[in-house]
Amino acid sequence: MIEIKNLSKIYFASGQEILALDNVNLRVQKGEIFGIIGLSGAGKSTLIRCINMLEKPTRGSITVDGRKITLLDKRELRLARQKIGMIFQQFNLLSSRTVFDNVLFPLEIAGAPRQEAARRVQELLELVGLTDKAGMYPAQLSGGQKQRVGIARALANGPKLLLSDEATSALDPQTTRSILKLLKDINRQFHLTILLITHDMNVIKEVCDRVAVIDNSRIVEVGHVLEVFSNPQTPTSHSFVNAVISRDFPGELLHSTTERSGDIASKLIRVSFIGASAGQPLISSMIRRYNLDVNIIYGNIDRIKDTPFGNLTLEVLGHPGLLQEALDYLRGEGLEIEVLRNA
Amino acid sequence: MLELLGNNSWMAEAVLLATWETIYMVLTSTVLSYLFGLPLGIILVTTAENHILENRALNQVLGSIVNAARSIPFIIFLILLIPLTRFLIGTSIGTVASIVPLTLAAIPFVARIVETSLKEIEQGLIEAAISMGANAWQIIGKVLLPEATPSLLLGVAITAINLVGYSAMAGIVGGGGLGTLAYYYGYQRYEDTVMWITVIVLIILVQGMQMLGDNLANKIVNKRR
Repeated sequence: MIEIKNLSKIYFASGQEILALDNVNLRVQKGEIFGIIGLSGAGKSTLIRCINMLEKPTRGSITVDGRKITLLDKRELRLARQKIGMIFQQFNLLSSRTVFDNVLFPLEIAGAPRQEAARRVQELLELVGLTDKAGMYPAQLSGGQKQRVGIARALANGPKLLLSDEATSALDPQTTRSILKLLKDINRQFHLTILLITHDMNVIKEVCDRVAVIDNSRIVEVGHVLEVFSNPQTPTSHSFVNAVISRDFPGELLHSTTERSGDIASKLIRVSFIGASAGQPLISSMIRRYNLDVNIIYGNIDRIKDTPFGNLTLEVLGHPGLLQEALDYLRGEGLEIEVLRNA
Repeated sequence: MLELLGNNSWMAEAVLLATWETIYMVLTSTVLSYLFGLPLGIILVTTAENHILENRALNQVLGSIVNAARSIPFIIFLILLIPLTRFLIGTSIGTVASIVPLTLAAIPFVARIVETSLKEIEQGLIEAAISMGANAWQIIGKVLLPEATPSLLLGVAITAINLVGYSAMAGIVGGGGLGTLAYYYGYQRYEDTVMWITVIVLIILVQGMQMLGDNLANKIVNKRR
């Protein structure tokens, strides 16, 4: 759906060159929800704004739905933009228009026939659950309702791509969840590709299929959300993941040892469960098969988009040979095993 | 006030006529100055840096002209424009003739006041419209002007009130209206009554215009709130 090649953006601010994007390459598949996460100033906002050319890239090309958006002339670009919806952190609704007329706005711009447009607005208001608010002005709505209007407006011209620029960052956690759920529903219902940027890993965890981590103007990691959560590759990704899922535990546990007799080995391991395996009693069958003792140090289970995801830190005690076999058994069942300490 | 005028029916008539002339001059020149000043203000805003029709050269040239015109005191403007007024109207004396300098003096003022109103609109709203594929005309007509309507209306009131003051000055050089009345009867003939009545009528006029502007603007703001 989106293909970004060698994208760079340089700003000139008070005589200084600022590199906002450094040779970014990215592909977003049709129908997926793709998240870009980064701290403020990392370049994520510039990146998403390049996709509908609110920012002109300095170098590189962007293709959206088969068309090189970076090569279009003014008129073609306007037409292309009508098929790329965008929602904003500050909602950006027109205070001079009612909810109904705000959703009508992009249809007016596209020159849609009046009656057809009015019918479409009704449909969209129903979709976002604001039919009863049609005659109200934005100032009379809550933040969540405003963003719903924003979403309805973004969908008015039947876009194939929705860009979300920190759309939930101004909302409380509960409202954020309901907006994210709406985005997920829209993604499924219309097979709409969604590209979102955020600084909140919870947003990624809740709705995204894949994620790119941007740090210091560069993309440092791209992968399926589950992959990145279970095995982050860079320090930046690590800290984002840890902000949401606690993977760390008190350091002294790494050094404390359980008392054991001579030929018994001990390993401290972290087991990550993804999807279906989270529902099977693998640990207890390992204990029985290999005659081990297990000391549970720490564990939690979470949900990434719709997939259960857990991790468990265990101290495993047993015969050295069997211990190794036991770990191989778990790996064979599709669990991610990380050995934290050998003794 | 009527009592004051009671035994002077000629005075009542003169005041009524002069009031009407003032209203006529102010309204006509307000409308005409917006006809030119509003587009000029829109151009000043939209050709500025990072705006929808960015054009530095045009922006600076227009900005300088506006500043130059605004720095000429109105009384000098009146004299400078006499040849142009004669050319356009045929005379430089009277109510109709004074509309020319009033309008020309108000255009740059209106342009700046419109510019200030339109500048208040959040960049995010303009960006949202651009992201939907709107062209410059659509952004001006559907975002800038409707969003700034309350502020623009207050600007109209300020302009009209300014023109009341200017029209009084025009009156001294034979422009007609309350200015002429006050000058001829009040100043040259020491008719204090006429002078005071003129002042009171002017106060009422200005008060009325401000209230009208405030009310209209508040009505819109309250509807949107």
